Amino acid sequence: MTCLPAHTDKRLGLVIDLDTCVGCQACVTACKEWNTGGHMAPLTDIDPYGGNVDGVWFNRVHSYEHTTEMGGRTVNFPRSCLHCETPACVTVCPTGASYKRASDGIVLIDEDKCIGCKLCSWACPYGAREFDTDVGVMKKCTLCVDRIYNDNLAEEDRVPACVAACPTSARHFGDLGDPSSAVSQLVAERGGVDLMPEMGYHPTNKYLPPRAHTQRAASVAAPALEPVRAEGGFLGWVDRMLSN
Amino acid sequence: MSHGAPRGANCAPSQRPLADTRAPDEGDGVDTSPSVSDRIAKTTCYMCACRCGIDVHIKDGKVRYINGNKDHPVNRGVICGKGSSGIMQHYSPARLKKPLLRTGPRGSGEFREIEWEEAFSIATERLSAIRRTDPKKLAFFTGRDQSQSLTGWWASQFGTPNFAAHGGFCSVNMAAGGLYTIGGSFWEFGEPDWDNTKYFMLFGVAEDHDSNPIKIGLGKLKARGAKVVSINPCRTGYNAIADDWIGIRPGTDGLFVFALIHELMKAGRVDLDYLLRYTNAHTLVIQEPGAADDGLFVRDDKGNPLAWDRVAKTPINAADPNAKPALTGSFTIDGRRCVPVFQLVADRYLDESYSPDAVAERCGIPADTIRRITAELAHVAFEQTIELPVAWTDWAGRRHETIKGRPVSMHAMRGISAHSNGFHSCRAIHLLQVLLGTVDVPGGFRFKPPYPRPTPPGPKPAGKNVQPMTPLEGMPLGFVCGPDDLLVDEAGTPIRIDKAYSWDAPLAAHGLMHTVIRNAWAGDPYRIDTLMMYMSNMAWNSSMNTVETIAMLTDADEAGNYKIPFIIYSDAYYSETVPFADLVLPDTTYLERHDCISLLDRPISHADGPGDAIRHPVVEPDRDVRPFQSVLIELGARLGLPGFVDDDGSAKYRGYADYIVNHERTPGIGPLAGWRGKDGTAIGSGAVNPDQLQRYIDNGGFWHHDFSADQRYYKMANRSYLGFAEQMGFIPKAEPIVFQLYSEPMQRFRLAARGHGRVQPPEAERSRIETYMDPLPFWYAPFEEAAVDLQKYPLHALTQRPMHMYHSWGSQNAWLRQITSQNRLFVHHQTAAGLGLADDDWVWIESINGRVKGQIKLVDGVNADTVWTWNAIGKRRGSWGLKDDAAESNRGFLLNHIIGDQTSADANGKRYSNSDPVTGQAAWFDLRVRIAKCMAQEAGFTEPQFERFHQPPRFEPAPDKLSFGVEFRRNREATE
Amino acid sequence: MHPAFSVVFFTTATGAGYGLLALLGVLGGLGFIPPDFWLGLIGMGLALGLIAAGLLSSTGHLGRPERAWRAFSQWRSSWLSREGVASVLTFIPAGLFGISWVFFARTGSWVAIAGLLAAIGAVVTVCTTGMIYASLKPIAQWHSRYTLPGYLIFSAMTGSTLLNALLQGFGVGMRTVLVASLLVTLLGWGWKLATWRYNDRQEIPTNANTATGLAGGTVRSLEWPHTEENYLLKEMGFRIARKHGAKLRLITQVSAFALPVLLLAAAFVLPKPFAAVVCVLAATVQFAGMLVERWLFFAEAKHTVTLYYGR
Repeated sequence: MTCLPAHTDKRLGLVIDLDTCVGCQACVTACKEWNTGGHMAPLTDIDPYGGNVDGVWFNRVHSYEHTTEMGGRTVNFPRSCLHCETPACVTVCPTGASYKRASDGIVLIDEDKCIGCKLCSWACPYGAREFDTDVGVMKKCTLCVDRIYNDNLAEEDRVPACVAACPTSARHFGDLGDPSSAVSQLVAERGGVDLMPEMGYHPTNKYLPPRAHTQRAASVAAPALEPVRAEGGFLGWVDRMLSN
Repeated sequence: MSHGAPRGANCAPSQRPLADTRAPDEGDGVDTSPSVSDRIAKTTCYMCACRCGIDVHIKDGKVRYINGNKDHPVNRGVICGKGSSGIMQHYSPARLKKPLLRTGPRGSGEFREIEWEEAFSIATERLSAIRRTDPKKLAFFTGRDQSQSLTGWWASQFGTPNFAAHGGFCSVNMAAGGLYTIGGSFWEFGEPDWDNTKYFMLFGVAEDHDSNPIKIGLGKLKARGAKVVSINPCRTGYNAIADDWIGIRPGTDGLFVFALIHELMKAGRVDLDYLLRYTNAHTLVIQEPGAADDGLFVRDDKGNPLAWDRVAKTPINAADPNAKPALTGSFTIDGRRCVPVFQLVADRYLDESYSPDAVAERCGIPADTIRRITAELAHVAFEQTIELPVAWTDWAGRRHETIKGRPVSMHAMRGISAHSNGFHSCRAIHLLQVLLGTVDVPGGFRFKPPYPRPTPPGPKPAGKNVQPMTPLEGMPLGFVCGPDDLLVDEAGTPIRIDKAYSWDAPLAAHGLMHTVIRNAWAGDPYRIDTLMMYMSNMAWNSSMNTVETIAMLTDADEAGNYKIPFIIYSDAYYSETVPFADLVLPDTTYLERHDCISLLDRPISHADGPGDAIRHPVVEPDRDVRPFQSVLIELGARLGLPGFVDDDGSAKYRGYADYIVNHERTPGIGPLAGWRGKDGTAIGSGAVNPDQLQRYIDNGGFWHHDFSADQRYYKMANRSYLGFAEQMGFIPKAEPIVFQLYSEPMQRFRLAARGHGRVQPPEAERSRIETYMDPLPFWYAPFEEAAVDLQKYPLHALTQRPMHMYHSWGSQNAWLRQITSQNRLFVHHQTAAGLGLADDDWVWIESINGRVKGQIKLVDGVNADTVWTWNAIGKRRGSWGLKDDAAESNRGFLLNHIIGDQTSADANGKRYSNSDPVTGQAAWFDLRVRIAKCMAQEAGFTEPQFERFHQPPRFEPAPDKLSFGVEFRRNREATE
Repeated sequence: MHPAFSVVFFTTATGAGYGLLALLGVLGGLGFIPPDFWLGLIGMGLALGLIAAGLLSSTGHLGRPERAWRAFSQWRSSWLSREGVASVLTFIPAGLFGISWVFFARTGSWVAIAGLLAAIGAVVTVCTTGMIYASLKPIAQWHSRYTLPGYLIFSAMTGSTLLNALLQGFGVGMRTVLVASLLVTLLGWGWKLATWRYNDRQEIPTNANTATGLAGGTVRSLEWPHTEENYLLKEMGFRIARKHGAKLRLITQVSAFALPVLLLAAAFVLPKPFAAVVCVLAATVQFAGMLVERWLFFAEAKHTVTLYYGR
């Protein structure tokens, strides 16, 4: 059913820390690896060893140079489905293949219903939908719905593959609908933002912007160094220090 | 729902499973609990050199999924982009299938398949003949190899000194710089105290060894708000998240560090107490110009270095804990003038030539920035000290109620290493660390066991007496302490084919693999018969000057005989080097083999305790390939090498697994330290335990020992730790490790250059030795920069491997290659504007060595005098199972083509290897280039182009489509 | 947006088809166009043929065309589904009307009602098509008040020009139809110019800053996630050079509007056989021009996902 649920019990999603992401692609291939054998298997790769290689990936990491009057910085930017609260990718679907789960807010595709019209990918501002030309259907991030509730995995492993993999701890997972959840608190503390809020899709996933350099670290308070004034300069100082 | 104690690196509350992981009743028919695996095999990753623990999920007999092992000390559950792509490496279409014997001309790729028996008899016959006549005519060099304790020992038992791994073109500046200074080194042999450091300086680090530990550590620093300062010409990866990015000009790090030292000293911000306790700062140095012992330490009758007791006004054993040594001044002992090391240090670095203003322009860093960084360093080191409430006892028996630390840490890698001034730059960083008192202290840089070791460690390189049918007297690689230890003959000619431990590269602790092909081709210093290599792409991205290297591999004399007569190569994949081999021994993948990640070479220790690990076969090979280590062991047995055969001449080991368990290097010490002894209760030293491998497998593939709290810091002088280290065989005796600000071994080389001693350099080498074997670190311009016309070649050119391919042959990997299948040359916007270049332009990149064509991408985050590219993306057509239209061989380019493997000729017309003059480390990053837009008709494709390789027999063309994983789903749905 | 021919042809053909159907339904049903077997057959054949060909072509865009029937289910939320439902429902009155009007030469009463219902169905279907595009927020050039009227106007325009050609061809030309097609072509021209003007000047609040959440300054793409083009770029990253676009806009103006206007104007003064020829020519040229217009409609539409790729 492509009408959106009026309310979802949970708003599960990811929080991605742009201050910490080094662009190592760990989340990208962990996602590929899990999902190519998972709920939406396979994540087909066309011409995998040739010049027109083009695969299905649910998570892609861009890099940008962000230049402001404060200076420039390189920002690595993972991009995947944001599991929006009002996702037009769902409502435009003519077949009911796309839907938003009322229980946890995950946006999914029922592959058997998908006719591959691609309209959902047009409706998604974020480029979260990936068309599998071989199978002829649209695919997308499932928030690892086949991991987070999976009784066949150890309980501690029931998190999205990207979160489990991330070596710098730049990815977080939880219920963003619950203001007391750890992820919600992290977002509040770090001023997490929505992507393209003006679109009105109300993305669930949040991005933590890079922190201003000036806000960081004890060393900021370091006073300028003065040369030692003792007689004999530095060596005089050394002698004085040793004889103390 | 209950949770156990959170395990692993990613266990913050915001990274844990939902409080209730029962699937909600959504009614959408989604199977939220599909079965994942039939079994989980825990082994060690080998997608790079990081050695993470992995859980390999096997489903329906295939690898379904690989994730990080949460208990593993290296990666604590996380996994990198490569690790998750291991499946694609395993199922790569580039994998070799069977031993190959060359049929066409060398380099053509024409082979026929042979049986292993034939392969063994060819190799055995050839190598036996060599061993019977002149063992050094076998040159055995390994590439990305983690079994050097086996391969080196094999070479030693064979009797050839011509052995090394790839460290000479990778890391030796850092290894030697560290081991000769503090008895440990950066790379993966030490780490910042991630949990306590407040100020972290990262010099020239891209993705590198220790990649997941560094990333986990950076995550901790970011979460805690510790400051990260990166010194790197490129603002990528780790540098992108630094709070301060210092876009230094390549090759000037040493200069920058000296300016920091200069400022710290001037302001009296050095840790004198630390210097006195843990370094040779107070050791007296003879100052008698012209004397045979000028610059050596003043020693007593027993050979103990002396200091000057400023209270007693007498010489005293420098190691005497009760001494009150002077750090400054000039003294006369037995009529000879001497000064403390620290006086020399101060004299040198207080010189105005090292002031921020003097170095700023050359470093490309404003003097004010240098002053600010110094002030921050000083502030954190001296005003933000930390104390752990743990009592410990030092080597002299002094009890300390707390562990004090200066929370400044540093890490440095290839950006320092890959310059011809890298050894001294590395020493400079260690000097800075030591002056701040921040080595192996809380918050500082910490050793991972088996380090620290004596400075330098004990064993000398073996190979002075090469005799037929005779093993070397020791291992081929070691540490020299002076000219007497060099491997040169009476005339000063190198004994080794790579000229390691010769006057060209005296402290070549890792050998010089990058010189072997040229030297063997040129017969300099002599001709060899067989070049045996393992896992190193020497006909492509692991060599400098690729075009000429390829020519040398295929060059023949008038009679049509190849100048390098026979090449044996082992690799798992059809790399660019395979076609140049005469005999190809196909290796397995890391999921099909045994391995040991041993304390005898490169263990998985971390600062809180030693560890080692194994690999074990988690899937069966589906082809006729064998693990190289087992092949080497069998070859050793067939050759009858001592140690590889029993008294009756039969093979001592049934393959590598058997060797790992049963080999003892010295009684009780074997490749693995865990579960030794008959009952498996001993660690480090103990009898062979036949169940050892199973114990490792049961423990997740690794062994790890945690230090007690009092053993974790000040390991260079920590009585409890040193005792443990001696017991484990890490160090010969439980004696303190003294940091060498001033390197006496280096001074011995200088004295030889001045005409002293039994072994002296040839006349032509004297000034070079005199200059570069400076016992105190100094800075000089990288050789290529000093040699070329800088107007003509105004730019530095660097390479780095992308994080998702570092140490991983990723271009054959269907997933990784999608991320980067074409490399661009990154050029600063301003620089491009000055050259009239626009984004996406195709340019010629020219050095004195040649030119290569590629496409540019404009960036801001790079030193404006520097261009750089992702390394080893460019591939040769016909290799790696790629199709002919692959971007790698059409649009990607290899910068190696234009990196010279030799320096410009010196005054005597001699061309040295393009390497550091101290260690022989390949100077990849010395490269100078100019770039110019190519003509319109030249745009769109890379040059130079090479002839396409023939494909090996039975190689199927790469598939047009990959639906990996569909079978798991199909099987899953079929059983529902 | 990638101008896939299947979709370009689909929207152009169904637009013209539904326009013609609506006019035939109203004018035929009410007897303004007297029943004539061949005129009717060709007219209704053309209308329904264009619609059917368009709909068929649109399935060429589908990954799983055999499941196309599923698209009728989500009319409550999806304009595409509504389009499917409306297009199929329209066939019912259109068929009834066509059979009665063409084969039985009936007009008035329930035939007029069927014709009127067919016309309403046609208008509704064109509206749903327009709304598919107009509702897509990520594409600012489409998500505007110009899109829906544009679809209706162009449908009326191509439909009336076709009807005019048809009538003229059968020698039963109606001055009101000629005038109407001329006027609605002028209206279409004006609307297109206004649309372009609006699109060229509109300030789009979404940019690389909002796309990445990186506030202030400039955000420049450094490296794509993958070096080669992927589905997103192939489908939505289509780029057209400004120069090329300007040329195509000129071609659109000439062939879809200017030339048809001139030809239709000429029909006022030319003797009958020539008038018929120029009217047929006008319809043909206009249809071709509208294919170019529709190609540009896609090619010049910029999807927000391109912001992530620095396009």
